[in-house]
Amino acid sequence: MSVLLVAEHDNSKLKPFTLNAITAASKIDGDVHVLVAGAGCDNVSKEIASIPLVKKVLVCDSQNYQNYLPENLAPLVAKISEKYDHIVASANTFGKNFMPRVAAALDVSQVSDIIKVDSPDTFVRPIYAGNAFATVKSNDKKKCITIRPTSFEPAEKAGGSAQIEKIDAVEIPNSSKFIKREETKSERPELGTARIVVSGGRGLESGENFKLINDIADKLNAAVGASRAAVDAGYISNDHQVGQTGKVVVPDLYIAVGISGAIQHLAGMKESKIIVAINKDGEAPIFSVADYGLEADLFKALPEFLAELNKLNTIQK
Amino acid sequence: MKILVAVKRVIDYNVQIRVKEDGSGVHTDNVKMSTNPPDDNAVEESVKLKESGKVKEVVAISIGEDKAQESIRKALAVGADKGIHVKIDNYVEPLGIAKILKKIVEKEKPDMVFLGKQAIDDDCNQTGQMLAAMLNWPQATFSSKVNLKDKSLEIVREIDEGLETIEVNLPAIVTCDLRLNEPRFASLPNIMKAKKKPMEQLNAKDLGLDLTNRIQQLKVEEPPKRKAGIKVANVAELVSKLKNEAKVI
Repeated sequence: MSVLLVAEHDNSKLKPFTLNAITAASKIDGDVHVLVAGAGCDNVSKEIASIPLVKKVLVCDSQNYQNYLPENLAPLVAKISEKYDHIVASANTFGKNFMPRVAAALDVSQVSDIIKVDSPDTFVRPIYAGNAFATVKSNDKKKCITIRPTSFEPAEKAGGSAQIEKIDAVEIPNSSKFIKREETKSERPELGTARIVVSGGRGLESGENFKLINDIADKLNAAVGASRAAVDAGYISNDHQVGQTGKVVVPDLYIAVGISGAIQHLAGMKESKIIVAINKDGEAPIFSVADYGLEADLFKALPEFLAELNKLNTIQK
Repeated sequence: MKILVAVKRVIDYNVQIRVKEDGSGVHTDNVKMSTNPPDDNAVEESVKLKESGKVKEVVAISIGEDKAQESIRKALAVGADKGIHVKIDNYVEPLGIAKILKKIVEKEKPDMVFLGKQAIDDDCNQTGQMLAAMLNWPQATFSSKVNLKDKSLEIVREIDEGLETIEVNLPAIVTCDLRLNEPRFASLPNIMKAKKKPMEQLNAKDLGLDLTNRIQQLKVEEPPKRKAGIKVANVAELVSKLKNEAKVI
């Protein structure tokens, strides 16, 4: 039987992690169907229909799904899932929010945050903040799965022409209401998908000092990350947090500045291809995962770093 | 109003876990255990709501072996009124835990259930949402601000894009983010007093639920280790390595 993937979008555009989830879904079963539940989301359906790995797009266009309230979305997914063996979504705040509701409705034990598909019923997932990898086999007839997006390549976007089928909305409980969303707007690449991430920690000492991080990020066309300590201290907003309870990033280059490297932070970045640590404490645990460690005062090192980068004229975009 | 707050005893967040050589799990003998960190936030918020006068009673529940009572006592020491320990000695998946919690909710009839957003051991992030679905209640996950009104909760949630504000009708499930509040420490007199607070003990077997785990753990391994890196002497060397050796800039 086929696999049903629930797409994440903002009603006008597909969110990039859906592409990674599609790749993972295709490793479970080649017959990937994608559900687009939203309001006025025609463009999203067309975008998904053109993805070659997608065989069918189901569209449920209704005000009920405009803000993906899980109380409304989960019953729809549960109803459609009758025809599917696997129901999958990204393991980000979108998928984490509604998928367990679907699983409970179907009396299924969810497999969260998988990083590898061994077979249609066997998966690898990190536990204990990524300090152990568990290989697990689901014995449920239907399987609800969330996928760690950064562990799978994004699917090709062009060249497909999947059939688009409209489906009806289901009854909603009217028990929750969306009020507002405050999104941090930035010209920089998205943290989850950026090729380079520059992160600051408590060592930055203030929100103003994050300018030093921002300047480097702008020069490298990088996203800005942060440790939980920096977010808790109010230096920067929560959507920048990298770690066990924040975002997981796997960039080509991760630069950790003034971050000591608690287990919980490492959980979010230690799969990065190249890790740089700049810290004045030579004993900081961050150095144990760094390919290149610089023991230095960041307030001196960052301006120097920027000056050295300015000398280069070949920075990759 | 009444709050049920769920706490889980896990390996302490500061412990570097060790994977067992036979691949059957991680070492837990003689390892420091404590309450799952966001569950402390759930307890703190419940107690704060009680202190504000809007909530009359806070009941703390934990499910697990006898030592799970330590996490309940801790909740009692910071202000919960009563504890419920549901004893079960083996690992139960979030689906089973949610089924147990549903039974207790039906008996205790709270207006809200507070939980941590995620347990730091199995990192599942499911129990609150599953319980909400089973009860057909609305949910507010990853909550970083809670405003209790007469018949609803206005909640600010942490999402990948920033912050989201929603309103959920009561009764409701709230899962708590670490930034929701600053959990207090229990004073010694309160720890002593907590020992006299009521603790109900139940056995999970007596609840008439099918708690069979559906997911088989085939093996647990250490993640691949990163090869040791080097220390560079100065910024110029760092930039040169990034450009010429790693070729990432």
